[in-house]
Amino acid sequence: MTALAERVSAPAWLSALRARGAARFASTGYPTTKDEDWRFTPVAPIARAGFVPSVPASVTASALAPFIFGQAAWPRLVFVNGRFDPSLSSITALPVGMTVSSLAATLATEPALEQHLGRHVAVDVTPFVSQNTAEFADGALVQVAPNADLGLPVHLVYVTAPGTTGASHTRNLIVIGQSARAALIESYVTLGDADTYLTNVVSEVVVGANAWVEHVRIQRESERAYHVGLTHVEQARDSHYRNFTFAMGGALSRHDLHVRLNAANVEALMYGLYLGRGEQLVDNHTTIFHDHPDCRSWEVYKGVLDGTSHGVFNGKIFVTPEAQKTDAKQTNRALLLSDTASIDTKPQLEIFADDVKCTHGATVGNLDTLMEFYFRSRGIPAEAARRHLVYAFCAEVIAEVALEPVRKELERLVLDRVNE
Amino acid sequence: MSMLEIKNLTANAGDQPILKGISLTVNPGEVHAIMGPNGSGKSTLAQVLAGHPAYTVTGGQVLYEGEDLFELEPEERAQRGIFLAFQYPVEVPGVSNAYFLRAAYNEIRKAKGLEEVDPLDFIDLLEEKLKVVEWGPDIMARSVNHGFSGGEKKRNEILQMAVLEPRLAILDETDSGLDIDALRIVASGVNKLRAKDRSFLMVTHYQRLLNYIVPDFVHVLAGGRIVRSGGKELAHELEARGYEWLEDTVPAGAA
Repeated sequence: MTALAERVSAPAWLSALRARGAARFASTGYPTTKDEDWRFTPVAPIARAGFVPSVPASVTASALAPFIFGQAAWPRLVFVNGRFDPSLSSITALPVGMTVSSLAATLATEPALEQHLGRHVAVDVTPFVSQNTAEFADGALVQVAPNADLGLPVHLVYVTAPGTTGASHTRNLIVIGQSARAALIESYVTLGDADTYLTNVVSEVVVGANAWVEHVRIQRESERAYHVGLTHVEQARDSHYRNFTFAMGGALSRHDLHVRLNAANVEALMYGLYLGRGEQLVDNHTTIFHDHPDCRSWEVYKGVLDGTSHGVFNGKIFVTPEAQKTDAKQTNRALLLSDTASIDTKPQLEIFADDVKCTHGATVGNLDTLMEFYFRSRGIPAEAARRHLVYAFCAEVIAEVALEPVRKELERLVLDRVNE
Repeated sequence: MSMLEIKNLTANAGDQPILKGISLTVNPGEVHAIMGPNGSGKSTLAQVLAGHPAYTVTGGQVLYEGEDLFELEPEERAQRGIFLAFQYPVEVPGVSNAYFLRAAYNEIRKAKGLEEVDPLDFIDLLEEKLKVVEWGPDIMARSVNHGFSGGEKKRNEILQMAVLEPRLAILDETDSGLDIDALRIVASGVNKLRAKDRSFLMVTHYQRLLNYIVPDFVHVLAGGRIVRSGGKELAHELEARGYEWLEDTVPAGAA
């Protein structure tokens, strides 16, 4: 469906939503470094580039193959330059209880969309969300029925074709039913020598009561790309949500993870790993809303920065007065491999309940010289020792991914980078 | 040729002189105990020989199998058969014991021009070596020394030594912090590795270890110098009399 055709036939709720996004973005424009949330992340190059929506493109299955991992049986939705590509996707044999589709194809007909889309992420939460809301072309709609135990994860693959110069505004909606067990993986990849382009993605994830969800986000776009994403998670009572956010691509990449613990006895685990080199800027902002009592959030982000790369980590935790017995722990550890790499790391805890356990810790350092000597004293040369240690630093957090094939893929990506 | 020849070695930690002229010769198959009070420099000597970055050699010479030791990087020393059992073994979260040992084993093989062993063959080899320290295979999946008890760390050092089969093993206070059972296991591990072409330099504060591992020679370090050398009976004398009576002794040959 073309954008024009959609606009003609769009349901009223969607037109209104888009109009709000457009109006908001028209009034704010892109953020600047005067904006507290973007202080260390200058997006002026994105503003200057003035990306228009990227043109549709097609890629071959063989070109995409290196980015597909796991098992052949995994359901897969592939989007090329922001649009669903059925020929590269694999959605014919879905596990019982899972429905998937292109968001664009079901906008007019799917009731879950009206119920959820734009209901969890405020249109004005960031200018990129405003723009995304106004302009998104497509994305994935994944629904898991109550009590379904999928057994297989769904892999959402977002591909940018060679030579692309525009922007892809992608919108995902994931709705996991009560007591269901599900896993999803997002991969953001670039084929060939892409030019400068923008990926701007917003995902809303609704986790039903007593559900168990693992969500892995792998961003490995070209080092010339701009990648901005926001994932908002809404958790119902007794649910368990675990997120792993991996970033190694992009000239500039920014991911916001917002998790709202929207009922009692909810658990959220958030792990992250980012690798920067050259002049890359890698930014992770996480926000956890502890709105209810007896919830637990556990967060570990790690980064490895080389060259003149720059890391940004901001971890907000809000604990409302009602959220007694909150147990929240946040850790950010960055490893600087060169004298010119740097990181800005900032915990931001705002706690309004009195009976809580909230801790945070941030460490920034170089490779441990004692560890290095220990390796060398066993015959392992300095250079190899350093590679082992960087890998080990990363492997420790990768170990938290529950899905083994994903763990293996992440380990491979880190190992390839470390051995370059 | 002697295994190790230390001639008038001096070394600093930062600007602080610690070793003030050590001379010592170790022949193949010999076990030398280095004893002495706290701060005498005995651990420094062990670490300097392994190439620890915290120390700077300021004078003297060390020949290892006839070669200038200080021309060799720490990894080259290890590849040629020097092994330091650390007083404080380093924790390496994220690297499994099995992986670490195999990496070290293969680096040493590579340096000798031998083929690397694959993970499966290495498991067979490990099974044999684990017996030296009376361990089951479970330890191999754990991260190197991470969360290990003091005794487990020391046993792990001996396991590494058993796998890497050094020619010169330097044990830095391997007995410290061990209960009697762990001490027995560690000592019997060392004894199993004694061989006519393998030498040991054992740094220890207490005579206790020497009841289990009987040395050929005992040297007493004080103030960065060897103040007395003798046979195993010297250790018993130290046990009975302490170190104080030696503090004023003018070391033989010292300026």
